[in-house]
Amino acid sequence: MNRLSWFNVTSLTLGFAFLYLPMLILIVYSFNESKLVTVWAGFSTKWYGELIQNEAFLDAAWVTIKVAIMSSTLATILGTMAAYVLVRGGRFMGRTLFSGMIYAPLVMPEVITGLSLLLLFIGIGLDRGVMTIVLAHTTVAMCYVSVVVSSRLVTFDRSLEEAALDLGCSGFDAFRLVTLPIIAPAVISGWLLAFTLSLDDLVIASFAAGPSATTLPIKIFSAVRLGVSPEINALSTIMISIVAVGVITASLISKRASIKQQKDEQAAARAT
Amino acid sequence: MQRFALIFVPYAWLLALFLVPFIIVFKISLSDIALSIPPYTPTFDNGLAAFFAELDFENFEFLTTDDLYWKAYLSSLRIAVISTVLTLFVGYPIAYAMARAPEEWRPTLMMLVILPFWTSFLIRVYAWMGILSQEGFLNQFLLWLGLIDTPLIILNTTSAVYIGIVYTYLPFMILPIYAALDRLDGSLIEAAEDLGCSRLQAFWLVTVPLSKNGIVAGSFLVFIPALGEFVIPSLLGGSGTLMIGKVLWEEFFNNRDWPVASAVAVILLLILIIPIVLFQRNQQKQAEADA
Repeated sequence: MNRLSWFNVTSLTLGFAFLYLPMLILIVYSFNESKLVTVWAGFSTKWYGELIQNEAFLDAAWVTIKVAIMSSTLATILGTMAAYVLVRGGRFMGRTLFSGMIYAPLVMPEVITGLSLLLLFIGIGLDRGVMTIVLAHTTVAMCYVSVVVSSRLVTFDRSLEEAALDLGCSGFDAFRLVTLPIIAPAVISGWLLAFTLSLDDLVIASFAAGPSATTLPIKIFSAVRLGVSPEINALSTIMISIVAVGVITASLISKRASIKQQKDEQAAARAT
Repeated sequence: MQRFALIFVPYAWLLALFLVPFIIVFKISLSDIALSIPPYTPTFDNGLAAFFAELDFENFEFLTTDDLYWKAYLSSLRIAVISTVLTLFVGYPIAYAMARAPEEWRPTLMMLVILPFWTSFLIRVYAWMGILSQEGFLNQFLLWLGLIDTPLIILNTTSAVYIGIVYTYLPFMILPIYAALDRLDGSLIEAAEDLGCSRLQAFWLVTVPLSKNGIVAGSFLVFIPALGEFVIPSLLGGSGTLMIGKVLWEEFFNNRDWPVASAVAVILLLILIIPIVLFQRNQQKQAEADA
């Protein structure tokens, strides 16, 4: 198509440099021999070694992963149900309130969500720990899942579902056999979104955690407040690489799936 | 029956874990501090009338008497506005160049913008601590270039907070503007140029107005979270950087004054309602225009 002008090339280069250089510097300095994070003293992987032996970090990482898996799975189920209700539910009492409650957490400052959940947990006498973090993360993440899934449900051809119902499927079977496979990509990306939200969250987890449970972001935050440390750089590098590999793989898979779908459709068109 | 369960489960969940907690915050903001756990007083034990009699606006009055809260609200608003404008100036050229890039590049460029969003927010903020500190990467670089003689003090100032907000929220600004520019019909700009506009005039008179929806959506997406931000001011800002999210956190965790923390939360919410409603209306208008 059109060639890029020098202005556009410059803004793309500067823009992506701004987005990626900070993380690149972080990664490079995680391999720094020196304890002083800003002085380069030669290549070393010793901070990774120390990280693996740091049990406090490993424990926190384990808690974080457990919380993320539980809350994202719960959030995906609840969020998909909520999306279905919003798009297909028709009219029912309190529908406006329901959609309001789905959208509000998306724009709510985390400090407020965290504070209010903490006050609830204390008010009903629930001991704070892993379970309360899961409840808190599920509540916020289900709203994100529901937005992602409902955008797919809106564009979905309803007659397919009706055909399944006409052919004798029960409502649940029609959902399981027809709707779910079609909205599956949205449900999976909703799950991934919920998972990363839970993995990243510092503020809500700090309120909901109480003294008995510590997640990785809480641990990182308290370490980082004292200043930059090479161990945290190493930990950050590991987390950045996991996300990068995950996102790139997911996008390659979805690209291949869409190419395959195109081919299938072409083949079907030729066959008829 | 099935339909009832389908509606009931997510509905009940949100009522119990989203709406009820807010009512509790509201209630506690009207209560008195007590030196017990939980540290606030009113209960339903004495009946409803007594319950309401115990509530008062003392905490809100307290917020108006102490300068700190006033200043924190105003300075949060100022920081959020300035960083939204800065993000717009940084984000617009990137979105513009993406929309002008060859078609086969665009999915990759999109992914490069979204990718940082998936990486931990905390880590992205933390990355700037090493860059902006006095012996950090930026100062070393500028000293090496000879642009400065003594290291600049950037970390722990409000400038560092601006940089942090622009950096972390940049994808929220780029994506809606890109979406608007991507739909823009190139022949309109050609027409403007044919009719005697210079390129710059065509940009101001055609491109910018037609991408207005993207600009507005992106600005709200940056402004709303920036206003209640906690992580960025507490890691990059100094003691001089007042932001309401940080004040709420300190009131709660350090001073353990729950009623005041709740009152701060209620007012922050009231301040946020205006931009949130405006944002919703803008989104609706756009959806109607698309339909």
